[in-house]
Amino acid sequence: MATNVPAPRRRPFRWQRVATEAAQYLALTVAAAVILGPVYITVIYSLQPVEKIFSYPPQLYVTDPQWDSYKRAFETGSLGRYLINSFVVSLAITAGQVTTSVLAAYAFAFLRFPFRNLLFVVFLATLMVPWEVTIIPNYQTISTLGWLDSYQGLIVPFLATAFGTFLLRQAFLTVPRDLRDAAAMDGYGHIGFMLQVAVPLSRAAVGALAVFSFLMAWNQYLWPLLITNEDEHRTVQIGLKALVSANIDEFNLVMAGTVIAAAPILALLVLFQKQLIRGLTSGAIKG
Amino acid sequence: MLKQRGAALPDGWSKPMSRIELRNVNKFFGDVVAVRDFNLEIEDKEFLVLLGPSGCGKSTALRLIAGLEEPTSGEIIIGDDVVNDVEAKNRDIAMVFQSYALYPHMTVRRNIEVPLKTRKIPKRERDELIAEAARWLDLEPLLNRRPAELSGGQRQRVALARAIVRRPRAFLMDEPLSNLDAKLRVKTRAELVSMHRELARTFVYVTHDQVEAMTMATRIAVINDGALQQVGPPQSVYERPANTFVAQFIGSPPMNVVRGTLVRDGEAFAIDVPGGRIPLPPSLGPTAAAASRADLLVGVRPEHLSFDGGPVRAQVRVVESLGHERHVICDLSPDEFAIVRLAADEPAPSVGDTVGLTAHPEHIHLFNPETTERVS
Repeated sequence: MATNVPAPRRRPFRWQRVATEAAQYLALTVAAAVILGPVYITVIYSLQPVEKIFSYPPQLYVTDPQWDSYKRAFETGSLGRYLINSFVVSLAITAGQVTTSVLAAYAFAFLRFPFRNLLFVVFLATLMVPWEVTIIPNYQTISTLGWLDSYQGLIVPFLATAFGTFLLRQAFLTVPRDLRDAAAMDGYGHIGFMLQVAVPLSRAAVGALAVFSFLMAWNQYLWPLLITNEDEHRTVQIGLKALVSANIDEFNLVMAGTVIAAAPILALLVLFQKQLIRGLTSGAIKG
Repeated sequence: MLKQRGAALPDGWSKPMSRIELRNVNKFFGDVVAVRDFNLEIEDKEFLVLLGPSGCGKSTALRLIAGLEEPTSGEIIIGDDVVNDVEAKNRDIAMVFQSYALYPHMTVRRNIEVPLKTRKIPKRERDELIAEAARWLDLEPLLNRRPAELSGGQRQRVALARAIVRRPRAFLMDEPLSNLDAKLRVKTRAELVSMHRELARTFVYVTHDQVEAMTMATRIAVINDGALQQVGPPQSVYERPANTFVAQFIGSPPMNVVRGTLVRDGEAFAIDVPGGRIPLPPSLGPTAAAASRADLLVGVRPEHLSFDGGPVRAQVRVVESLGHERHVICDLSPDEFAIVRLAADEPAPSVGDTVGLTAHPEHIHLFNPETTERVS
């Protein structure tokens, strides 16, 4: 008997689903290996004696870890001082960027003033200007102020960020109008509403900005290289380069220094990865 | 929601007069007129409902009173003071929002505490006031929860607690029941009325729901297109609508309004409408004649029409049963129809029947077709 009922779509066979999943996991594994491979090799090399590093075939596991290379990296490269400098500079930049971004984003999101949207576009346009374009004028400014070889020279040029302002403005715009009205009725002024309502409700974005700022500040190389000449204010990335130059034949030492320089960043990423992803995508989709 | 307290109100409720007045108030958003030449006096301790369709300007009017919007022109007076330049937080009025507008990251206790904290009330006094409001609204077990952990009804009680905890002289409510389910809405409606009675404060309440307006208000202000249409007690607005908008906005099903022509029928007056002639009662005829125009709009509420072989012929198109009553939709002409409301136990005609309708003479309303204003 003829029938017009279409045949139900067949579920794929079990082996098809298994194959699809296997392919997905394989792709993820390859991606993870590409990303984590250099990190693994860095750690392995840092724990091996130099002669084993250059042996053939290369040994990709550690049998007798040489922790001594870490101690020597600290001593010969003054990494302790550089790490402290990096922490001071990165924390100050993070605090500064979060503060200025919160204030600017609040103004763009909640205050009514003439040319607000135009100003915001101008603000965003600064994102299009490459850092390299402003590096010379910035250097001249810092030099004129007598801030070469100083913490303020390392920190002040980075205290404001258009990216952070944009990120937080978008987060603030998701705060419902009724909440702003309720806060006005309840007696909150702008500062009260900002600190008690807008920022806590946007903490994912604020957290993401903080992590992002810290990463950016920690990984800075060109600017600290340009304006610091003495160990007293050099950051860890510059110290690492100095360590490489001075100990090119002691590759395990160089790798140990690299691990030390990268460890805080890796720890930060592992600890705050969810926050980072949530913050950067918040407001992108409803719900 | 509210417990049966029976006891006197807590201390601190003796407040100055909370009469509110909008005098020649206009509010424009660019070219859009949200509120047009508003003149409204809200008496002390009154429950006034601003009623109108979506986008009519009723919420804007409420926000103007709250201080969340500034009027383009005109004066807003609370008590004896013009408050145009007074910030929302200093007007001593509280507002309950449609969305409840609770701070989602704070517990119920902190939500209720906010208006006290911003007014720098000492901690001990704050705790007492919160406990009192929580007791009043039955929120004690919920004080440490966050809004996301509460039901809609509970959230609404928290919003009310946050409003009453600072003992304002007036309450503004912007459709506070519209997010509740039908059953809870009926319950909360009654509770808000008893809350108004017990707090003895001025309530200004915005809704598009005529049932809420009719059941809760001491007076209704009907708004359309940003302009006040009529202000009065619910029953009088229902019985004597000022224009066809009010006539058809209040009442469900809405008032039947059809075009008619005033004629002299011997000594009396009558109106010719599609389907026949409606005799006017002696009280109405001369008034209609005084309007010095023959064409008029005739309005009759569905419950004031009956099937008793009357002079207006119509054909039954649909019979809708709502359980407790039935609505019979009858065609008077290809363009005009009328709805007749019948009790469930009254006999109803069948679809397709030709029927004779009678309009109860004492319930006939006449309107000017140009201005749509009432002439009778």
